[in-house]
Parts: sequence; structure tokens; C-alpha cells
Amino acid sequence: MKVGRVAGTVVSTINIPLLDDHRLLLCDTQDVNGEASGYTIAVDVVDAGVGDTVLILDEGSSARQILGLNWGAIRAVVVGIVDELVIDGEVRPLG
Amino acid sequence: MQLGLVLGSVVATEKVIGLEGVRFLVVQPLDKTQRPAGDTLVAADAVSMAGPGELVYFVASREAAEALPVRFVPVDHAIVGIVDDVHLEEE
Repeated sequence: MKVGRVAGTVVSTINIPLLDDHRLLLCDTQDVNGEASGYTIAVDVVDAGVGDTVLILDEGSSARQILGLNWGAIRAVVVGIVDELVIDGEVRPLG
Repeated sequence: MQLGLVLGSVVATEKVIGLEGVRFLVVQPLDKTQRPAGDTLVAADAVSMAGPGELVYFVASREAAEALPVRFVPVDHAIVGIVDDVHLEEE
């Protein structure tokens, strides 16, 4: 899993049927120093909002398990909203 | 999933069994502000509606094949949606 920050949302009308009922969040992923290390578009299952620091799962079979699917083209899922991040004993500011 | 811009299409008559009828498009991956990022790639079109000039999002790796009618096929990128809008917070 990765720590990231929700930077925005992606709206789409034409998509594969599996994605019909899901909100898509554009999340900046962060390295250990809190620097941006790219982005990913992830399915939201925890009602995260823009500006939230989140936990992003980026692995297909776990993603399908969370969504209760046997198969499907989903890989990245926002699975948690981070309350506190501690690295080397120091609390890192979020967002 | 990542954002991409469809640049063109790839036509191939001879393909691996299971890929009949699947369209392939040339895609330029984009960063979150929709600037080009990285090398172009060929992606299967799982929505069957994407075309050149369109902003799309695509899934990579094994999950790409899961978007297609025959799921166990050698495909590593698939377009799974056409983007209407990207809302980014004010920087």
C-alpha cells in the first residue's frame, strides 16, 4: 500500500460497467519524505475527500476482494483515511 | 489507473486467439495536469468507444486483461473509461 493525498476527482460517463457505481479519486502518491512521487486514479470505498491523506492499495486481487468481485479491471483502491503518520518517531504533518 | 490521450489506432489482422474484435489505440500517458509523461503505449480499448483526441483513463498490468471479453489474454494496458472532467483542487 502507499500513502497519498487526494488531489481531485475524475468524472466519467463512458466507462466499463464495473466502474459505474464508483467514485474515482486522483491521488498524489508520496515517498517517505512526503514528496510527491507520481499519481494514481483510485476507486474510493471510504468516502475520502480532496485534501485527505489516504492509504492507497494498488494490487488487483486485494482490490477485487474489497469490492466483492471474482474478476474485474480494478487495481487501485483508497482503503483508508490517515489520521497520523509517524516516521522515525516524528509525527509528520498531513496534507 | 492513469490519464492518457489517445493519439491513434493500431490495426492488426493476425492476433493471438482471444483478441479478435478488440481495438488497439496508441496512448500518450499524461500527468495529473494533462501534460505528456513517459513513452507512448498501445492499449486495448475496453469501452469500444474511445478515439483519437480523447482524454481517457487506463489500467495497467494483469488487470488490463480483466477488462476484455476474453479475460485470459496477453494485454498489459486497457482503456477503461473516457474522461468527462478532472477536478483538481486549487494549488
